[in-house]
Parts: sequence; structure tokens; C-alpha cells
Amino acid sequence: MIILETKELAKSFRVRGRLVEAVKGVTMSVQAGEIFGFLGPNGAGKTTTMRMLTTLLKPSSGQATIAGIDLFTNSRQVREKIGYVSQAGGAEGASTARENLILQGRFYGLSLPDAVARAKELLAALDLEQIADRPSSSYSGGQRRRLDLALGMVHKPKLLLLDEPTAALDPQSRAWLWTEVRRLNAEGTTVFMTTHYLDEADALCQRLAIIDDGRIVVEGTPDDLKRQIVGDTITLGLQFQPETGQQVQALLQEQSYIHSLEYDEQAVRLVVDRGAEALPKILRLIDDANVHVQTVELSRPSLDDVFLKQTGRSLRESAN
Amino acid sequence: MQSLRDTWLLFNHYLTMTMRNPVMVIVGLFQPIVQLLLFAPLLEPIANTEGFPEGGSIGVFTPGLLVMLGITGSLFVVFGFIAELRAGVLERMRVTPLSRLALVLGRLLRDVVMLLLQATVLVGVAWLMGLRADPAGVALSMLIVVLLGLLVSSCSYAVALILQDENAVASVLNFLILPILLLSGITLPLTLAPNWIQNVAGVNPFAYAVDASRALFIGQFSNPAVWQGYLVMGVLAFLGVFWAVRSFRQGVA
Ligand SMILES: Nc1ncnc2c1ncn2[C@@H]1O[C@H](COP(=O)(O)OP(=O)(O)OP(=O)(O)O)[C@@H](O)[C@H]1O
Ligand SMILES: [Mg+2]
Repeated sequence: MIILETKELAKSFRVRGRLVEAVKGVTMSVQAGEIFGFLGPNGAGKTTTMRMLTTLLKPSSGQATIAGIDLFTNSRQVREKIGYVSQAGGAEGASTARENLILQGRFYGLSLPDAVARAKELLAALDLEQIADRPSSSYSGGQRRRLDLALGMVHKPKLLLLDEPTAALDPQSRAWLWTEVRRLNAEGTTVFMTTHYLDEADALCQRLAIIDDGRIVVEGTPDDLKRQIVGDTITLGLQFQPETGQQVQALLQEQSYIHSLEYDEQAVRLVVDRGAEALPKILRLIDDANVHVQTVELSRPSLDDVFLKQTGRSLRESAN
Repeated sequence: MQSLRDTWLLFNHYLTMTMRNPVMVIVGLFQPIVQLLLFAPLLEPIANTEGFPEGGSIGVFTPGLLVMLGITGSLFVVFGFIAELRAGVLERMRVTPLSRLALVLGRLLRDVVMLLLQATVLVGVAWLMGLRADPAGVALSMLIVVLLGLLVSSCSYAVALILQDENAVASVLNFLILPILLLSGITLPLTLAPNWIQNVAGVNPFAYAVDASRALFIGQFSNPAVWQGYLVMGVLAFLGVFWAVRSFRQGVA
């Protein structure tokens, strides 16, 4: 069953008379029960898409439905079904975790006793009991993020949308959040999350879409996407003379197992079949020509390669 | 009705938050009270000059200060609001099924209640200093204060949603506040001013609020300034609230 579907969703802003096309056309579908990753570099349009999906922004064009309900004509019904944790979080700093949670429950129509009970449940589940009655402005980053997540779950939403849930978190809190997202998912919540981190998407998401410059460039399971990349990558760090690059290129030109070769002033990057077997051959050839190899790296296709192939840029480069 | 329930819920929430940290409410009262204590005596000697309105110096000055309280007190609600915007609190609320109308009305109701509280304290202090105004008139001018508070608060929220930045809002306020206050005849009655200033003040809506409250304080209920004041403030308050509701609906860019 499809829980979230968009068709050519687009949003442009007018800033000082200039048109900024933040999202140019997003078409995707998320199946009920999965963890869906929404990946892309800074400014790709992730948050803008998220804000349209959470009824915060009206799109300039296109359509979207959640659980079959039109997002823009029936926003109110949609709001009951979704939970959202924004990049900023949104807890009230002057209130305690418990107060925040009780009030949030009331926003979703719970009676006071029900809201109190639900808050208690969540405080226990997210390990916030010890700090539950302190103003949330005094929390650490990780504690704060746990409260944000709890706020998004008060009404047991079918679909939980998380905007960069692990950005700026320490490794421990990050691991905790991954576990929590998996647990929620196992209990039946569909999760739609944006992230910068490829390893996160790889580890956590059953399916993902990559957005670049306001458009979806590819959608599929991490394995499907990686399978599109032929071969493994070998990166050789060489002691470079001005002509080293060309020299290595000439040396390796004849080898049929090499698909492509690029170089810059520090390294030569090769895409090869069966990297483990190719590597010794390549090293031997280079060594024979008296080029000094300083470092060697062999890597299986990663989502970064998928991104590179789809956009011609590395996600890490473009994130800077 | 859901809007009513949600408005009540949010009103209670905001009231609790304000009561927990009432600094702004006290600071808001500070200036008008200082003016009352220090400036009113200065008016004493000119209270008998030609052109000074009826009511004696404190009777003329207190209604003006009520209007000033309504303007400045309500403008400052905006700072807390921008902090809230930045922390994503409003955005979180807008993703819940809360009534959109309640998001605005809950706040405005809190603002108005706090303003009434401040206004009561102010009149109380004036009373101790010898104000003897018509009690029914004082009560009726509280209604003017309410309308004024609604107008200023809702416009502040709408502007804050556009600017989204404390510094920008502060400069806009600084730019506007002094001319508005002077041209309302709050500190000195405009009847003492040259003609051209009186003409400019004629288009300043707050001057209508001041004139209406002054008339009410001396019990002149049938003075045209009274209905004019209600009308001008009523229409503007309505438009202001309408603007705020619209801005909240369109949301946070
Ligand atoms: N309210 C707005 N007004 C004008 N431009 C906007 C607005 N919101 C977003 N943009 C622009 O739209 C583009 C996409 O922004 P968005 O926040 O969706 O990116 P993102 O993928 O979430 O990036 P990040 O990874 O940094 O969070 C950016 O160029 C941004 O400057
Ligand atoms: Mg973002």
C-alpha cells in the first residue's frame, strides 16, 4: 500500500523580485511500513519538500496524497495522520519535557488525563524520565532531540517525517536514534527521513530517493542503486611528478578490466571489474614503471558513487 | 466547537508562560508609571492655560498613558514571538490539527488580558495620586484599550512573520514609536499644538483613542470623540486581527 505519493511537486519562492526554484518537480511514492530516505546535498530542496508534505507550505504546482488523502484540499485530516520533527525541533524551551508532551497531546485532541498518561509513556520509552520536570532549554543536544522525537510521536502517527534527525548529534545519540527509528518502524510506523549521511541512508533505509537541485535523480533500494554502478573503485595516491597522471594513463590503457580512469594532482581513480583481483596487477604495472605508490584504497560501490554517477558530483564535495 | 477549545487551550498555555516569567509585563508598566509620577506634576502649572482640556492635569494625562501602554506593551509581545518562531515552536503547532484561528486568538486573548491587568494597575496608581474620574467612563475606556491592544498585537505578529528578525523589528519599532506617541497627544494635549500638527494628528488613529478616553474619563459619554474613537479602533482592530489570521494561515516562510 502506498502511504505517500507525490506528482511533480514544485515550489518556487520570490526573493527580492527574483524567482528561486527550490523544488522543481518531485515525483515519488513511499510504501506503508518502510523507512524511506530522502537524500541530497545542501540546498537541494529536502526541507522545502518536507514542509510541503507537512502542510506548512503550499506548493506552486503538483500534487501529493498521504494515505490517499489530498494534502492540500484536506490538510486537516492529513495533519492527524502525520508526525513531524523539523530540523529546528520545536520544543518550548521554557517548559519541561512533560509539559511539552502533555500540551502536544492536547493539540491532537487528547483529553487531559489521556495526554498525561501518554506523556508518561513516552518519557519512559525515550528514557527522559530523569529530566522530565526540568525546563527543556537546559537539555543537552541529544536529550533535546529525544524530546523532539517524542513530540512527533504523541498521537501515534501512521507516517513520521523526520528532517535531518541526526544532524549535529554525537555518535552515541546517533546510534540511539537509529535504534529508535528501527523500533518504531518495527511497530508499524512508516518513516520518511531526510539526511546528508550516505552511511545513514544505507544502514537505515529500505528505500531512498536522491534529490539534487530540486529534482529526484533516482529512487530505489540502496542495493538496487549500487548495482547500477559497475565495478569497484580503486584510488591510488601517487607521488606526483607533472607527467605522472598521463604516464599512468598510458600504462593502464590496454587493460580490459579497467572501465574508467580519472586523475588529479593527488590521486588516480579507477573503476574496475573485480577489484580484489585487479589491484595486484595494477600495482605491478605501476611499480615496473617506477612510479611510487603511497596509498591504495579499494572500495565497493557506495551511495556516494551512485550520487556521483547521477549528478556528476560527489555528495561530499557539494555539501561544502 | 474546535476553534473555541483550541483558543482556550492556547490562551491558558500562553498565560501560564507569561505568569512564569512576567518580566515583560512589569517592564511594560514601568514606563507609564514613571511618566505618571514624574511628568504629571510638570503638567500642573499649564493645566489652567487656555486650550488645555478639561479634567485637570492627571485627568488628562492618565487616559493618554493608557493608550501609550496599549501601544508599547503590545508591541513588545513580538520579541518572545520571534524567539518562538526561530525555535520552530510555531511550526510544530502548525503541523498539528489545531485550529488556525486559535493559533492567533489564543495569543491575542493572552495579550489583551495582560494589558487589562496593566491598565488596571496604572489607573490604580493614578487614583492614589488624586485622579477622580467617572468610574463608568474608566470602565468604558478599558474597552478602547482592549481594541487598541488587539490592533497593535495583531499587527506586530503579522510584521514579525514577514521580517522574522528581532533586529529588523526593533528598528521598525524605534522608527515608528516616537512620532506615533507624540502625534497622539499622549504627553501633551494636541489642543496646545500648532495647526499643522493638529492636522497631521487628525490622520493618526491613536489620537482618536486618546480623545475618546479623555472624554470618557470626564463622563462626556455623548461627546462625538467617543463614538469616533470606538469606530476607528473597532474597524482597525478588526482589520489587524484579520491580517494576523491571514499571515498565520500562510505561515512561516
Ligand atoms: N522561504 C524561502 N525563501 C526563499 N528561498 C528559500 C526558502 N526556503 C528555501 N529556499 C531556497 O530553496 C533552496 C532549497 O532549500 P531547502 O531548505 O529545501 O534545502 P535542503 O535540501 O533542506 O538543504 P539543507 O541540507 O541545507 O537543509 C535553497 O536554495 C534555499 O535557499
Ligand atoms: Mg534542510
